[in-house]
Amino acid sequence: MLEIIDLHANIEDKEILKGLTLKINKGEVHSIMGPNGSGKSTLASILAGKEDYEITKGDILFNGESIMEMAPEERAQEGIFLAFQYPIEIPGVTNSYFLREALNSIRKSKGDKPLKPVEFVKIAKEKIKDLKMDESLLNRSLNEGFSGGEKKRNEILQMSILNPCMSILDETDSGLDIDALQIVANGVNANRGDDKSFLVITHYQRLLNYIVPDFVHVLVGGKIVKSGDKSLALELESKGYSWLEN
Amino acid sequence: MREELKIDNDQATKEMLESEEYKYGFTTDVDQEIFPKGLNEDIVRKISAKKNEPKWLLDFRLNAYKRWLRMEDPDWAKLKIDKIDYNEMSYFASPKKAPDSLDDIDPEILETYDKLGIPLEEQKMLEGVAVDAVFDSVSLVTTFKDKLAELGIIFCSFSEAVKDHEALVKKYLGKVIPANDNYFAALNAAVFTDGSFVYVPKGVRCPMELSTYFRINAENTGQFERTLIIADEGSYVSYLEGCTAPKRSESQLHAACVELLAHDDATIKYSTIQNWYPGDKNGKGGIYNFVTKRGNCVGKNSRISWTQVETGSAITWKYPSCILTGDNSVGEFYSVALTNNWQQADTGTKMIHLGKNTKSTIVSKGISAGQGQNTYRGLVKVGENAKDARNYTQCDSILIGDKCGAHTFPYIEIKNPSAQLEHEATTSKVGEDQIFYCQQRGMNEEDALSLIVNGFCKEVFKELPFEFAVEAERLLSVSLEGSVG
Repeated sequence: MLEIIDLHANIEDKEILKGLTLKINKGEVHSIMGPNGSGKSTLASILAGKEDYEITKGDILFNGESIMEMAPEERAQEGIFLAFQYPIEIPGVTNSYFLREALNSIRKSKGDKPLKPVEFVKIAKEKIKDLKMDESLLNRSLNEGFSGGEKKRNEILQMSILNPCMSILDETDSGLDIDALQIVANGVNANRGDDKSFLVITHYQRLLNYIVPDFVHVLVGGKIVKSGDKSLALELESKGYSWLEN
Repeated sequence: MREELKIDNDQATKEMLESEEYKYGFTTDVDQEIFPKGLNEDIVRKISAKKNEPKWLLDFRLNAYKRWLRMEDPDWAKLKIDKIDYNEMSYFASPKKAPDSLDDIDPEILETYDKLGIPLEEQKMLEGVAVDAVFDSVSLVTTFKDKLAELGIIFCSFSEAVKDHEALVKKYLGKVIPANDNYFAALNAAVFTDGSFVYVPKGVRCPMELSTYFRINAENTGQFERTLIIADEGSYVSYLEGCTAPKRSESQLHAACVELLAHDDATIKYSTIQNWYPGDKNGKGGIYNFVTKRGNCVGKNSRISWTQVETGSAITWKYPSCILTGDNSVGEFYSVALTNNWQQADTGTKMIHLGKNTKSTIVSKGISAGQGQNTYRGLVKVGENAKDARNYTQCDSILIGDKCGAHTFPYIEIKNPSAQLEHEATTSKVGEDQIFYCQQRGMNEEDALSLIVNGFCKEVFKELPFEFAVEAERLLSVSLEGSVG
């Protein structure tokens, strides 16, 4: 589904990614762990198409096609979703309106008819119920005045409603208490399926107790230095990253 | 139900977002009577004669004209205005056939209003909205007049009001905006041609929105309309105006006056969607929109609320104001002003607190894009006797791109120490992060921008009657086109 090949990327002439290679197949859950500054969030932003980075080498294939020249919205329409580490506030725009605009943009790109407000609200309310979230979330201004936990939960709600095939979660667990963590993890697990893949970026092993990954990769200094199964996460938890850094 | 409506509103907006630039720029080919260019006493007399006006009204005009001759055009606004040659335009243009009823209206004109989305045949009309259609210098038709008359509500063109309700017009004309109030108000008083007149009797709540739709069609012609709305004791009326004009490379002048008067316990809500032709991308052409709007809350517990969405015009100079004379009266001003390309706007309000316990609220949202310059200018004045006056002002500006400007000039004059004033102001740029977030969810850059800006204006849009809120959102999106990338 997603194939990252020898990716090198700079920001303001500083090389952040130094030859990252990663392949995620349909239905797989991958986790990337790594210390601060190792390039985790850079990778997430580049996959989503943020323009602040200069890609000096390598390629990213999605369903076999390069997405390097695609605008962020085209990638989203193809099914790439990024749960932001710091979700953005848009005052005056309700969550519900924002999501319907988003969903209808995606539908339009596929030639589907836009959903009417009542149709959309029905879907949204079902998802909210599944995720055990509060319905009032829909009518609030997008992320405005949300607590850190609410913002993260809202990202998961958006993911659920937009129904992407490739979800990237950028440190969605940071700043969450254990209850919120569980809600987020349930959201991801509920969305797992044979044709859906996840890339879960995290600092901490604890999230992986709830979202059990098929593969764990360790990103250090802009490269994946070690890959393994979920036991690697436990090993990292006890040993830290330093044993991999040299 | 409320919720449902709101959601449908959103949907309607989305459906209407089909983009195009200024789509009201067409011209109607109609047989017109146009006065020769130029302004002099003779022209003033001719306008008055054309309308068979009583002598007192001619005197009102002549007096205003004489005062105007001695006045200088104002230069204090933050606007670059090319010198206007008042002798290079005509002051009266009217379709030749004066219609007696809808059946008599030139089909070309009916089609014009259809194209503008304002069908004049009552069966086709929006339910609950009565329309007065002003085409260049004359009012063509007023719909639902009979239905309103059953309640004693007068809603007609200004010319008709002079004929049929002369005493009322004479009693109130020029009482809120004196003929010599300012340069453009004096000009208007001298040469105004038509407009709307509304009177709502004691205790009557007007059951539908009243609206006037102004259309400039003729070339090299100024439009000078005059609107007068009187809400008698305990009455309520909500009034809307919409404006469009053809695309032309020459600028055209629109100098209107609107006077509102609210008696004890009366409420007037006045909403404007101003979409005059803004000029082309290089700043050529467009309407000069120099308008004086003022309401007087003469009665106790009265309320006047202005809501304006200003997206059109090359230059906007406009300060809808409230004089809070009656005790406990309330004045409100909610404004969205957008300037894109080379548009300029200097707009705001004046809240004059004279009565005790008077309250005013000002919410101004300025959007600047392209090379647009957007100025908020507002005065809050509290008189000696205005004990316990309160004002809240919120002034937000948003910038799109790096060639536009936003300016804020709040003036405050307080003569009573019990006054309480609050002022909040913000200026922000539309964040790249916000746009990227929307894009990541599947929207393109233009849709993202329009979503963000509409969110920014929400506080003002929610003050608009339902159908117009939809229209306002759509207009904003269209006006912003081409301002990203």
